Amino acid sequence: MGLTTQSTGAQVRKDFSIPGPGDRTEKVIALAGNPNTGKSTVFNSLTGMNQHTGNWPGKTVTNALGRYQYDNEKYLLMDLPGTYSLLSSSVEEEVARDFICFGQPDVSVVVTDATSLERNLNLVLQILEITDRVVVCVNLMDEAQRKRIRVDLEQLEQELGVPVVGTNARKGEGLDALKTAIAQMAAGAKSQPRQVGYPQEIETVVASLSPRLTGLIPNSRWLALRLASGEESIIVSLEKYLQGDNPRDFLHTVSQEGDEISMDLIVTSIVGEAENIYKKTVHLENEKHNAVDRKIDSVLTSKVFGFPIMIAMLGLIFWLTIQGANYPSQLLAKLLFGIEDWLSGLALWESLPPWIYGILVTGMYRTLAWVVSVMLPPMAIFFPLFTLLEDLGYLPRVAFNLDHRFNKACAHGKQALTMCMGFGCNAAGVIACRIIDSPRERLIATITNNFVPCNGRFPIIIVMATAFLAIRAGSLGKGIAVLAVLAVVIIGIIITLWVSKLLSRTILRGLPSSFILEMPPYRKPQVGKILVRSLFDRTLFVLGRAVAVAAPAGALVWLMANITIADVSLLAHGARLLAPLGWLMGLDGVILVGFLLGLPANEIVLPIIIMSYLASGSIQEMESLASLQQLLVANGWTWLTAVNVMLLSLLHFPCATTLWTIRKETQSWKWTVISFLVPTIVGIIACVSVAAVVRLLGMLF
Amino acid sequence: MKRQGMPLSQLPFGMRGVVRELRAETSSRRRLLDLGLVAGTPVETVLRSPAGNPMAYEIRGALIALRNAEAGQIIVDMM
Repeated sequence: MGLTTQSTGAQVRKDFSIPGPGDRTEKVIALAGNPNTGKSTVFNSLTGMNQHTGNWPGKTVTNALGRYQYDNEKYLLMDLPGTYSLLSSSVEEEVARDFICFGQPDVSVVVTDATSLERNLNLVLQILEITDRVVVCVNLMDEAQRKRIRVDLEQLEQELGVPVVGTNARKGEGLDALKTAIAQMAAGAKSQPRQVGYPQEIETVVASLSPRLTGLIPNSRWLALRLASGEESIIVSLEKYLQGDNPRDFLHTVSQEGDEISMDLIVTSIVGEAENIYKKTVHLENEKHNAVDRKIDSVLTSKVFGFPIMIAMLGLIFWLTIQGANYPSQLLAKLLFGIEDWLSGLALWESLPPWIYGILVTGMYRTLAWVVSVMLPPMAIFFPLFTLLEDLGYLPRVAFNLDHRFNKACAHGKQALTMCMGFGCNAAGVIACRIIDSPRERLIATITNNFVPCNGRFPIIIVMATAFLAIRAGSLGKGIAVLAVLAVVIIGIIITLWVSKLLSRTILRGLPSSFILEMPPYRKPQVGKILVRSLFDRTLFVLGRAVAVAAPAGALVWLMANITIADVSLLAHGARLLAPLGWLMGLDGVILVGFLLGLPANEIVLPIIIMSYLASGSIQEMESLASLQQLLVANGWTWLTAVNVMLLSLLHFPCATTLWTIRKETQSWKWTVISFLVPTIVGIIACVSVAAVVRLLGMLF
Repeated sequence: MKRQGMPLSQLPFGMRGVVRELRAETSSRRRLLDLGLVAGTPVETVLRSPAGNPMAYEIRGALIALRNAEAGQIIVDMM
């Protein structure tokens, strides 16, 4: 066999340009842990802003890579996907296992949750079987203290045989001790990792296999266990990451030499070991430490209050967003259009042809100003509120409440979580679909994600609601507008369930897969951190993308509005062409042109429509909603038009960014096209039906 | 009253049981094992969703939601 330890893992390291152990200028640290342990908080606290995220090559699993310095030494921190175990062969677990095993990190840090240490110890023990270069971080010590769960860290360190550090990563407590422990381990500190004791029948098989496997990877005992339990995926990984002769036949022979050991027996031994350690190191001073959580849960998921509370929460978020965004929006508009006046006053333009001014200022800048002033304030309110709910731990309860409906539609309960992300941004929602394991259910969630309106579409829906419903109703207006927006959202959810069911019965036929969802304890949110992270991670990201598409789109729209054929602009030609379909859908040609040209970003749909009506060849600043309403009514709008525009905003093709994301996630043009067609067809049917019914009733009464 | 060998999905609300065996197959079996659901593990039904399916169980200190289809494949002895 030409297999050596030196060649091990070259591929893994090459994937991330990590040098081999011999020629490293910085220490490589792997960060592993169960989901919901605050692993990313630990990662963020250690690396600060010095990080970037991407995908594992060829896999739709996110990875984050960050760097920090400590005591004149440089560290490269690799955030592995959160997993409960390394034995289940999900993609996440393979990625985590392969990095720890073949990437040869200098230290593997396992982040655990002090409030549910027993389950977390499973993963710790599995990692200790692979490597002795381990530091265990017991996070959320403050939560444990609050629940009067006492974790004896010293005892735990003795039991595990590797350094154990207690932290409260959210407050930054214990991180220095963690860095010290990592540094010492990286410098070669001694450790005696606890090894799981297996029943004699397993040990005999392992003893017979492992001598033949020495030198392949650092830990032959671990490999023998995997091979003997018939883990096919480890052979695939070995083949990929070991260079030299093809190891497949050799490994298959070895794996067949020993008696087959059942996976159950292995897991039972690990779980038993974890239970023993847990009993020696954790003391519950209050057996009823979960009582408060359970009480909250029994209200939030109750038959009577579960759904009303969910709808009320959603309504409250919309209300705060609509109410709060109003004033800053006007302020921003004033500021940005003030800059435009200054731009227009520049002497520069006199020496240039007028169309350059047209494209740059009235086209690009004005569209940009519109998008920023309309979008930034609601997003800056919506995203932090949403992150707050996420941080509190409420979202898994939403999935728990709604799962029954998704089950009936043969879809996955976690689809509710991906929909929640969709409220922020559908592209983000599509990426979130990775949390669904079954490919069939993931596709259903991907295709239907567009039925929840994103932040780019909320402004249209909100403007329609306020301009046509709120203005009439006077002081009650805002409340009615909120109810209208809520109604649109609920229609979207109902259509999501219908279409999911339809897909399960037709092109994505199948039965629901297993649904296992952990509902983490409620946690006190860190308001300051939420503000910063949601602003940077979500608001600025989405805004940046919107700006990137709005500027070129603004230029294009300006050109279409100003290039004329037979004295009529291209925009008007398009509107004329689409007028019959528009009438049928209870809309007009201009609106349809607006939606089509809005493909790059939904935020520019309304500006295009306004621009076309004013026929002035550039986006206009609408000083007030009242003047907007007058303009629309003068162009033949009725309340039917407003309702159908709201419907079409909810039900039409995803924006270009989302489509591109779907293409990347599904690796298939077919599903991208289907994701385009499904909502579009639903939208056309919905608008045509509503228009037909209303017109029929209008004739009768 | 003790009842032996019933599916977890039928364990009455608020009652405790001990896992006797898993009847789930392949990947879903492994996921249940990952949660520490081996024979001898105590479980308790603690939360009912509005529709009564899924239910949430306390398993080794964690609150885990399972659909009745999955919970039906976990055989428990009532304590």
